[in-house]
Amino acid sequence: MKKREKLAAPLIAVLLGLLVGMIIVIASGKSPVLLISAIVKSFCGFDILAPGPINPRYFGEFIVFSMPLILTGLAVGFAYRTGLFNIGGEGQVMVGALAATVVGILVPLPPVLHAIVCLIAGGAAGALWAFLPGFLKVKRNISEVVTAIMMNYAALYFCNYILKALPGSTQTRTVDLPASALIKSDFLKQITNNSRLHWGILVVILAVIVYHIVIEKTTFGYSLRATGFNAEGARYAGMKVERNVVYAMMISGVMAGLAGAIMVLGTFGYGRVLNTAENYGFDGIAVALVGGCNAIGIFFAGLLFGLLKVAQPLMQSMQIPKDIATIISSTIIMLVAMQNGIIFIMNWLSKKKETAEKGSEEA
Amino acid sequence: MSYAIEMLNITKDFPGIRANDDVTLQVEEKSIHALLGENGAGKSTLMSILFGLYQPTRGTIKVRGQEVKITDPNVANSLGIGMVHQHFKLVECFTVTENIILGLEPKTKFYTTDIKSAAQRIQQLSEMYGLNVDPYAKIQNISVGMQQRVEILKMLYRNADILIFDEPTAVLTPQEIHELMEIMRNLTKEGKTIILITHKLKEIKEVADVCTVLRRGRCMGTIQVAETSEEEMAKLMVGREVDFGVEKQAQQPGKVVLEIEHLKVKNSKGLLGVKDFSLQVRAGEIVGVAGIDGNGQTELVYALTGLAKAEGGKVLLNGKDITHSSIKHRIEAGMGHIPEDRHKHGLILDFKLKENMVIHSYNEAPYAKNGLLQMAAIDRKTDELIEMFDVRSGQGRETITRSMSGGNQQKAIIAREIDRSPKLLIVVQPTRGLDVGAIEYIHKRIVQERDNGKAILLVSLELDEVLALSDQIAVMFNGELTGWVKAEETDENELGLMMSGSIRKGVGEA
Repeated sequence: MKKREKLAAPLIAVLLGLLVGMIIVIASGKSPVLLISAIVKSFCGFDILAPGPINPRYFGEFIVFSMPLILTGLAVGFAYRTGLFNIGGEGQVMVGALAATVVGILVPLPPVLHAIVCLIAGGAAGALWAFLPGFLKVKRNISEVVTAIMMNYAALYFCNYILKALPGSTQTRTVDLPASALIKSDFLKQITNNSRLHWGILVVILAVIVYHIVIEKTTFGYSLRATGFNAEGARYAGMKVERNVVYAMMISGVMAGLAGAIMVLGTFGYGRVLNTAENYGFDGIAVALVGGCNAIGIFFAGLLFGLLKVAQPLMQSMQIPKDIATIISSTIIMLVAMQNGIIFIMNWLSKKKETAEKGSEEA
Repeated sequence: MSYAIEMLNITKDFPGIRANDDVTLQVEEKSIHALLGENGAGKSTLMSILFGLYQPTRGTIKVRGQEVKITDPNVANSLGIGMVHQHFKLVECFTVTENIILGLEPKTKFYTTDIKSAAQRIQQLSEMYGLNVDPYAKIQNISVGMQQRVEILKMLYRNADILIFDEPTAVLTPQEIHELMEIMRNLTKEGKTIILITHKLKEIKEVADVCTVLRRGRCMGTIQVAETSEEEMAKLMVGREVDFGVEKQAQQPGKVVLEIEHLKVKNSKGLLGVKDFSLQVRAGEIVGVAGIDGNGQTELVYALTGLAKAEGGKVLLNGKDITHSSIKHRIEAGMGHIPEDRHKHGLILDFKLKENMVIHSYNEAPYAKNGLLQMAAIDRKTDELIEMFDVRSGQGRETITRSMSGGNQQKAIIAREIDRSPKLLIVVQPTRGLDVGAIEYIHKRIVQERDNGKAILLVSLELDEVLALSDQIAVMFNGELTGWVKAEETDENELGLMMSGSIRKGVGEA
């Protein structure tokens, strides 16, 4: 019963979210079929309105959009399981991207090794950026939320400064990274009809598996969860709560940093100077929430939000305002936050059904 | 004679469990009716139904002879039913009056809150029932006993004449308990009807007229308190004979295990809560620390277990200086601890029972291998402990600890700590809030550990408990040792005098 509820509540939230989206589309005088068609097409390239062969390029792009969201979702979820709120994913993504760019451009290394070093640099930079909020929380009892938000802004300007200072950079981007540093894949490109799908997918899958094993299976994860549920109790049991807090923030930072790194190394191939944050870190909060902070849940939630993100341009081309996607995702987030209410209504309905059945039996 | 409340043939089902099974409760007007039962017997469920928090699956409720449907607490209030909750619902920084009128503030003709007339009425009520409450005092400045009276006044102010007291004495000192009993008697004299939820037989004997006993959701009978002995009530409640005494053979203590020398510990206010405190506990001996709450016991335990740091002095465990050791190191050196606050310190409530069972040893073999938890070993250990210590829960080792009853949570902690076989066991308030059956069991286990040659330091506010279990009693007053006596050579009176600092015995002058 409990397990079913846990699964059903987010699914109902997703369906209701889509329903709300459709109602708004209808209210704005458009056909809801257009909305569905945009979403289906973004998912697999199949056009409901003009049936034809499936175009796997759409699927590839959908995965490309989802990958960083899954990683930032894991980042938020990991911290959350330890009782921390890592709202600094934004900044950690940026410094992860920066580190990968810098190592990619400035450190010449043989292929494969170069890419791996770039990824490690990205993860390490994210960890470093997340270390400070964790450290200050432990040493000075400063809320990690405040520190992490401030560090998001610091990251934006710091990264832009460095990126523009790199040799050959323009005001908007760096030079292309050497091929040795990239994780682009001809093979993946080929099977997805020239999408930008890249080996970052391996990083994502690995991160999901590591997340699951560390949190659920290891003694370290056990002590993290204990800290998250009841820090006093964990301290009392002899666990090193302070150390756990700093480690959890850093691991969270690694996940976010990797999100930045795979976008540079796989999706774009160069460092981008950003005007403003791209919200991967904040979207990660929603992903973690909808995914219930467990690995598999976050994986699917990341795909869902990636789909809604990638569907936006297509929706616009069909004259549906892309903000509908935002409305859908916001509705889903809201409904997931209210999932106890959904479970309550579900129980109430099934009870009503039961009594109705009983009533008819007696009659 | 007429009934104020009749709950007839009430059955309440929760998923997988029947909390009340055909329970009938009839409360006479102007009487004190006790509802007795162990934790989890269904007392709270029954009262929640009466208060409108739950709907019964079957059965009828009558208030003053009229059949009623109590769909929510507002209906209960309008029927004159009020509940004094175990955990007070008061705003700390408000005055007594402000708390009481919250939600139905009287207005002056200028639409400002008419505190003055409200305070007057509260003063009147307070005098009428002998409550002695100052309407203008702030909640944060008054004692717990006083706060409870404010809760009572809240009900009276709302014209409730059927008052439900949910375990009202759990938070009170013996003196305050006595006063509360007096207040209850006054209330019935003035025409109020009282339902008293409790599992303390002494209180029922002292104050109640009639008592309904619940066991595992079923009504075991309604008895006249005056005609029934405590033993008989206990038997009804637990379902078997209960042994009130603690059997204990004389034993020769062995070598010193815990040595506290001139210990100084600061309290939360930054003052010395423990001042120059010295004590020894030997193997095979229970040393009980007696004292009124707030005389340094908590600080002492925190310093011994590593939750607080010692300002001065030394703590030796088996001759090793652990004064400044980490908690983990103390645990490894052979210290076990059954903490005062089992929810805050003893358990991770959102963990499964099995996860709580290995909270100290989760990273040792056989529960861990190469940093991975070995679930099979943890399962096996948990099942073994559940069996040995009779820990009851809905889904066995997979139960979320939060959903277990207090008694079983405590049993789980005791199972875990005893199983680790520590040389020194620090036991703090081991039976607070537990029912008779559980208390009996836990006492037995503690004595058993002593007989196994463990050194035990027992800190308790229940004088009966200290007297019954200890071989040697240390009395704490104002952070100092004011008494050091053999348990068989003292009594409640003498201890009381030492606890209030009036006399010193067995200790050199400070």
